[in-house]
Amino acid sequence: MPNSFRQGPDSRGRFGQFGGRFVAETLMPLILEVEAAYEASKTDQAFQDEWRRLLKDYVGRPSPLWSAERITAHVRKSAKPGKGAKIYFKRDELNHTGAHKINAVLGQILLAKKMGKTRIIAETGAGQHGVATATACALFDLPCTVFMGATDVERQQPNVFRMKLLGAEVRPVSAGAGTLKDAMNEALRYWVANVTDTYYCIGTVAGPHPYPMMVRDFQSVIGEEAKVQMQAAEGRLPDALVAAIGGGSNAMGLFYPFLDDPSVQMYGVEAAGRGIDTHEHAASLAKGRPGVLHGNRMYLLQDDDGQVQEAHSISAGLDYPGVGPEHSWLHEIGRVRYVSATDDDALDAFQLCSRLEGIIPALEPAHALAATMRLAVGMDADKILVMNMCGRGDKDIFTVAKLLGERL
Amino acid sequence: MSRIAARFASLKGTRGALITYLQAYDPDPATSLAILRGLPGAGADIIEVGMPFTDPMADGPSIQLAAQRALKSGATLSRTLALVRDFRAEETATPIVLMGYYNPILSYGVASFCVEAASSGVDGLIIVDVPPEEADEIEPDAKAQGLDLIRLVAPTTDDSRLPKVLAATSGFVYYVSILGITGTRSASRESMAAEIPRIRAHTDLPIVIGFGIRTPAQAAEAAGIGDGAAVGTALVDVLAGSLDEHGRAKSDTVRRVLDAVRALAEEIRR
Repeated sequence: MPNSFRQGPDSRGRFGQFGGRFVAETLMPLILEVEAAYEASKTDQAFQDEWRRLLKDYVGRPSPLWSAERITAHVRKSAKPGKGAKIYFKRDELNHTGAHKINAVLGQILLAKKMGKTRIIAETGAGQHGVATATACALFDLPCTVFMGATDVERQQPNVFRMKLLGAEVRPVSAGAGTLKDAMNEALRYWVANVTDTYYCIGTVAGPHPYPMMVRDFQSVIGEEAKVQMQAAEGRLPDALVAAIGGGSNAMGLFYPFLDDPSVQMYGVEAAGRGIDTHEHAASLAKGRPGVLHGNRMYLLQDDDGQVQEAHSISAGLDYPGVGPEHSWLHEIGRVRYVSATDDDALDAFQLCSRLEGIIPALEPAHALAATMRLAVGMDADKILVMNMCGRGDKDIFTVAKLLGERL
Repeated sequence: MSRIAARFASLKGTRGALITYLQAYDPDPATSLAILRGLPGAGADIIEVGMPFTDPMADGPSIQLAAQRALKSGATLSRTLALVRDFRAEETATPIVLMGYYNPILSYGVASFCVEAASSGVDGLIIVDVPPEEADEIEPDAKAQGLDLIRLVAPTTDDSRLPKVLAATSGFVYYVSILGITGTRSASRESMAAEIPRIRAHTDLPIVIGFGIRTPAQAAEAAGIGDGAAVGTALVDVLAGSLDEHGRAKSDTVRRVLDAVRALAEEIRR
């Protein structure tokens, strides 16, 4: 075991065997340029001040830490005496644009400006990262193109319209299953053709180095705040953290500041789709093996020939066959435990949270909530659990209504 | 001397080489092998065989669709190697270069892949998503088996970076003549005329120009400026255009692809 879990990545962008820079030569010089610019920004006080100012006055940070008393009471009803941990939500769904994605987007857009880039591209699954990128581009007056799988365009119509309102161009990608993986392929292809003026704003902790590190660092504001807020609320560290995992950015942001606190257990929740033993899921860590896609080595859903398999999840944001390299590493060394929740689990948690807490969660954190409740039932009542409520569910109401047989 | 070095040596001073690209198993194994066997006679000096992959990130729509057809007709990495073995049973002089992406190789096992590729008659590898920074992933095994690792040099590869890329290259240098993915733009004479001497100042290896070469005239021009021209998408498009509405080969598919190769070869020899 390493002395610290917070030393990665190494100079090659590796977390153990994971990560790296597996990109075509055309992109390589630009990737190195992004890395140099990012390293310089870390010690650039004006850059950091501007990012913090945007987080506070534009995004509305810090996001609150909410004691979810009715969910906690609900869990305790079915728990044995003395069991049922206290559940808190880290409320990143209250951010401007409705999800955690904006944290890293603002950092990256500031970086793109600093690098002199004049166009922004992004990929998006659920549309949250696309909306966040379109928002930041509106604010900074930069043209923005968002690549989105055709299937996701269909199931996330509200976010597609929001992006258009914000002045972004949305390009539907019909290759493959028309989901996040295909959107990322197409964004990378576009980038290769437009390297000189374009910055690729990646939404998750995946892609070639330095993206997994950079997005993690920007998202770590979530965990840093949670640590301070928990100290104020309970005078101690939480006992467990739970977050949903697609590529893994909201989870990495919550977990990273706590990685060296050994008393804090961590659970990443993968999307089990129609069931982890079916072929329709997005559980890359449970069912995949290490592979290389989108510029990095990570756990990947693939067949025996190394062909990438399509993922499935009710949640467009978790519908991805890979998982970021740092999660892949944390999984292998056992620092974080990765569990899963099915489409049905998420749908139940979505409705329960709406009724009990008055919070309509996005389908992504609904997965985390399903796992949170399962974990909390077995934990002692004096234990504390923090779940990242990483997005709000407005974008999902059409999908959910359809599944519940409601006509809107 | 390797087959690749021998081929360039035999052409030196006369003309540039024609390098053709088609995907293994596109649109089916029998047609693919028939085309492969016909390529040397049609004038291909070096044959690139694409290794089908679900997520070809450096390729445009034509080659993406080729990969889908190939995978649908059962392509795997071991079957691609078997295809090369079948070709080699009858042809020993024309170099074969496998081009593709890293994950299928990683999944196969890098060491056993290199052993079996070499024993199947493969001469070189172009692995698009393994840049020099990640060279140690495959270089030791490829070298041990005498496989050339052919690297891409792009317009973005500046003078400070060129030595690093070239140091990791053997066989030939593959100059990506456009900013972009395969088959989407055309290289201009001016940019090729400016870039090739820049690369030549750093290496004695032959330089092949690809990614933006479509017509016989462009191929002849590129083969004149560099040491060879690689044509992929244009041939894949001819193949795709010859298929029936279900994507199956028709009786003239092989002939039409080889005719297109012949037209390229004739222009280069003119």
